[in-house]
Amino acid sequence: MDIDTLFKALADPTRRQILVELSTKGGQTLYELCVKLLMVRKIDMSRQAISKHLDALEESNLIVTTWNGREKLHYLNSDPLIKIQDWIMALSRTGRKKSS
Amino acid sequence: MKISLTSVPIDRYDKALQFYTEVLGFVKKQDMELGHGVRWITVVSPEDPDGPELLLEPNADYPAMRALKESLVKDGIPITAFEVKDIEAEHKKLESLGVRFTMAPTQMGPTTQAIFDDTCGNLIQIYQPAA
Repeated sequence: MDIDTLFKALADPTRRQILVELSTKGGQTLYELCVKLLMVRKIDMSRQAISKHLDALEESNLIVTTWNGREKLHYLNSDPLIKIQDWIMALSRTGRKKSS
Repeated sequence: MKISLTSVPIDRYDKALQFYTEVLGFVKKQDMELGHGVRWITVVSPEDPDGPELLLEPNADYPAMRALKESLVKDGIPITAFEVKDIEAEHKKLESLGVRFTMAPTQMGPTTQAIFDDTCGNLIQIYQPAA
């Protein structure tokens, strides 16, 4: 996954909130996520809109899905975040060297 | 005009009747033979025997309904909802009877709701209104 796609996926505040919500509880269905986003995070969006955000997050590998029988469950996948973290760390180290 | 009948789409009468009466605790109210193996079966809540009847409607063979049910289950969306007095107690009781919950009791504004699998291809919500 290239870094641009990851930053693009993370640039949206709703998508970041979805990731935070999934970090508190993995394995949620679309319905449960919509309920939690509305009640806990005051994000009032249609199911279709949330579903599109989930698709974008899944495409950038920030979430992974599994099937529990016929239910589609969503989980946070932190691997790409580590990639971003490495990128930022490398850049911030370089920056410090130059300024010192 | 009033609402006295609602329905859930089921696949088999015997399985649905077993779940809705023995597990959920509803009571059979009507059971009429309509011919060609079709029956008119309704259940009611023992807490409200003259209240709305729930029709167990066998339409799992209707492809459009089957597609709808699959989509609802995939996204975790309940097909209908029943009111309970004490959702924590109900959740515990139903789990002890082997009911699989897809969502544990969750506060949603003034109500608390939970969702379970009715074994007939549907997700059902139970909710406890604000006291």
